[in-house]
Amino acid sequence: MQLIFEKHKEGRRGFSYGVLDVSFVKPLAEKYCRKTPAQLPGLSELDVVRHYTNLSRFNFSVDTNFYPLGSCTMKYNPKFTERIAALEGFSQLHPLLPQLSGGGMLAQGSLEVLYESEKLLAEITGMSAFTLQPMAGAHGELTGVMLIAAYHKDRGFRRKYIIVPDSAHGTNPASAAIAGYQVKVIPTGRDGYMDLEEYKKQLNDQVAAVMLTCPDTLGIFNPRIKEIADLAHSVGALLYYDGANLNAMLGKCRPGDIGFDVVHLNLHKTFATPHGGGGPGAGPVGVSQKLVEFLPISRVVRRSDATFALDYNYPKSIGYIAPFYGNFGVILKAYAYILALGKEGLIKAAEMAVLNANYCQARLKAYYDLPFDNHCMHECVFSAARQAKNGVRALDIAKYLIDQGFHPPTIYFPLIVKEALMIEPTETESKETLDAFIEVMIKAAKLAQTNPELLCLAPVTMPIKRLDETRAAREPNLRWKS
Amino acid sequence: MSYIPHTQDDIKQMLSTIGIKSIDELFKDIPVALVPKSFNLPAASSEFAVTRDLSNLAAKNATGLINFVGAGFYDHFIPAAVDALASRSEFYTAYTPYQPECSQGWLQAIYEYQSIICELTGLDVSNASLYDGGTALFESMMMAVRQTGRNKIILDRGVNLIYRTMLYTYTSNLAIEFVEVPVEHGQSSREELFKYLDDQTAAVIFQNPNFFGAVDDYSDVVEKVHKFGALAIVSVYPVSLGMLKTPGEMGFDIVTGEGQSLGIPLSFGGPYLGFMAAKSQLVRQMPGRIVGATIDSDGKRGFVLTLQTREQHIRREKATSNICSNEALCALRAAIFVSLLGRDGLKELAEHNYQKAEFAKERLSKIKGVQVKRSSPTFNEFTVLLPMDADKVVQRMIAKGFACGFPLGRFYKGMDNYLLVAVTEKRTQEEINQLAKCLEEILCS
Repeated sequence: MQLIFEKHKEGRRGFSYGVLDVSFVKPLAEKYCRKTPAQLPGLSELDVVRHYTNLSRFNFSVDTNFYPLGSCTMKYNPKFTERIAALEGFSQLHPLLPQLSGGGMLAQGSLEVLYESEKLLAEITGMSAFTLQPMAGAHGELTGVMLIAAYHKDRGFRRKYIIVPDSAHGTNPASAAIAGYQVKVIPTGRDGYMDLEEYKKQLNDQVAAVMLTCPDTLGIFNPRIKEIADLAHSVGALLYYDGANLNAMLGKCRPGDIGFDVVHLNLHKTFATPHGGGGPGAGPVGVSQKLVEFLPISRVVRRSDATFALDYNYPKSIGYIAPFYGNFGVILKAYAYILALGKEGLIKAAEMAVLNANYCQARLKAYYDLPFDNHCMHECVFSAARQAKNGVRALDIAKYLIDQGFHPPTIYFPLIVKEALMIEPTETESKETLDAFIEVMIKAAKLAQTNPELLCLAPVTMPIKRLDETRAAREPNLRWKS
Repeated sequence: MSYIPHTQDDIKQMLSTIGIKSIDELFKDIPVALVPKSFNLPAASSEFAVTRDLSNLAAKNATGLINFVGAGFYDHFIPAAVDALASRSEFYTAYTPYQPECSQGWLQAIYEYQSIICELTGLDVSNASLYDGGTALFESMMMAVRQTGRNKIILDRGVNLIYRTMLYTYTSNLAIEFVEVPVEHGQSSREELFKYLDDQTAAVIFQNPNFFGAVDDYSDVVEKVHKFGALAIVSVYPVSLGMLKTPGEMGFDIVTGEGQSLGIPLSFGGPYLGFMAAKSQLVRQMPGRIVGATIDSDGKRGFVLTLQTREQHIRREKATSNICSNEALCALRAAIFVSLLGRDGLKELAEHNYQKAEFAKERLSKIKGVQVKRSSPTFNEFTVLLPMDADKVVQRMIAKGFACGFPLGRFYKGMDNYLLVAVTEKRTQEEINQLAKCLEEILCS
């Protein structure tokens, strides 16, 4: 499809601000003005509408396709939450209003949403308090690691290392490094669990924290998690919970009860807010009692007269990590979702998510290698190593799935599984959808034996075929030029 | 539960396929000792009831005030087509376009967004978005630290205090040395700045227009910054670029900013849009996703995520940033917004903002005891000196239906009587006159 710039026609435009209604006009001095106008496209409103409408049709999305992208929890995003976030009372509210003198009463509705959301998330996770400010999961990780640093510093000794298993999301070690820590990586044992012996060897009083994902990225719940937690605490290290996989745990197990000190959640995963083509998400961070005083400011408090206010009086706070109160629009949608599902609904979501993943695992395990044949939680991780012997890689299977109308699973992650295919169906998919997907996966496994070339040519039904990614990286073309 | 499709029969069949008897068996790896101590949540509520309750909360927010508060976050009009197009669920229920063949719509839209950011700022390359203007500024600072191997940052006090505070938070465990340079008569003090600029400096960071709304031409400073081998960074207000000299024209190396003004609702502070553009030689230091054009096996143009060896999913602790999820949907809104306006519309939008603010300056300066600061040109926001505490004035103006501005005493010591007033294209001459009249009533009573 043509670029929008290639549809430009001089003199055409899709929006006008009308006549300037002020009676006094004064030019800005030449030296402050731009010399060359931005070469932006000029199109009619219909041109623009048609361009983006047509572009949208070139995407797979949850609303159009099964999207079992592992670790991303691509569940259905209820429509009513969109309508709530669009209410003028929420969407038009300037974030600085409650910071004006006497302005606290101007934002009571939004402050209440924030306050109540924090309370609900704290109960769901078993943590003492939450900040809703982090704007994505990785942002929550960075915030969490900074809280850990502040805690140790306050006790007089910052410590040097953060322990991360090799199955962790890449964001974990990256967040630790950006906060100034060195990363120690613990390998996964043959049983699919973190190597406990190696872990014990690496644990010492220089370790600031241990970052764990639970269930981990293999979709496995480690039954010895409590022991791992206690070991960390025994050397004074804190325990960090990557909540990417919380969907499996709702009402079944709470990080706070295990002993985790810091938790980040991904509201766009567990709490059904849309992923928006890469974002916005929201990555609230919950903490145990000993870290509450370090949380970012501002915090929302409930006063004795039942009104809500912003409170900045936390002398040990790490400070500002966001301009305001987080991705409010996203938090609001998650809040509405939690209220709609309620206690039983959230538990049911976890149960059906785990049922769906186990069903996929059970039906596919005769056709694909299952590197860790454990009972899985919300997702299952297969390997296409068997197919690779015939020249069919995980990538080829992914492309074949596209031709069959399915978004592929996450591939090549976790890094510890060769030719990984990471399937997270989520609870909102029906048995019929799973069966259709499974049939295609089985067909792909069979084709890998009988007609591997066919898979290597896929996809053939999309507007484009396989793209030359090497060329994209070697000769970067990152923008249109006139 | 309407979002869960499983019938009792489905569940039975699926359990039998798995080879277990009950749902509980699925959770048998969780030790009994770890069963939640409490899970005390409200019961389910209907879509109708939740909508009603939250609509009631929305109604408790005062969005009916005539708004002259900006301070980096502006009340602009959003054309209906922006909402209509960004509401296509083929966009908003997709995720990061890891699989390019079934994500060409998103990838092309991001490529176009990157091109728009480059055109607006006059720089060479843009990424696919960051969280907000503040985190974008932090990321740009870290780019400069890595690129130069130095750790001293000169920070102009005209940079929004919120952003400066964020930089301090993020670097609290890193060995970064900050020097702040004062603002004199609205603009950055060259004299002070050059005192600190040396061959240990990684970057000098400005904001244009600065927090006080003042517009500057930093060309002279940027030239000097480069002589010391440092990078020049600026945080900008994108609407102003319809009119103002671009960061590219001034020679800046990296530009970042808050993209909220490009078709994104104020929404009580987010989701917003951090944007970033840089000179092409810095592209491998950039954080976040970048989309590039390439060809498919038939030679047809297509788009992919590229230069991924910078990113956390590949480089882990050695990545340029930890960012994974970004603000793609907000970037899409910005791209649609700018595409609708086009080059003429964007210029017109900037003009309207500028001229209305000039009109407001003229009108407010006629109030007895009110002094409009005119030592430097401004874009759509300016400071006024009131004969009394600005905080009190703001409070009284709320009662008259106005959010009349942001009191600078909140952020700057000794500026208790200063008010920062923003005037966007949405404010009419009539509203500006009313603002002046109400201010007059308060100040002269």
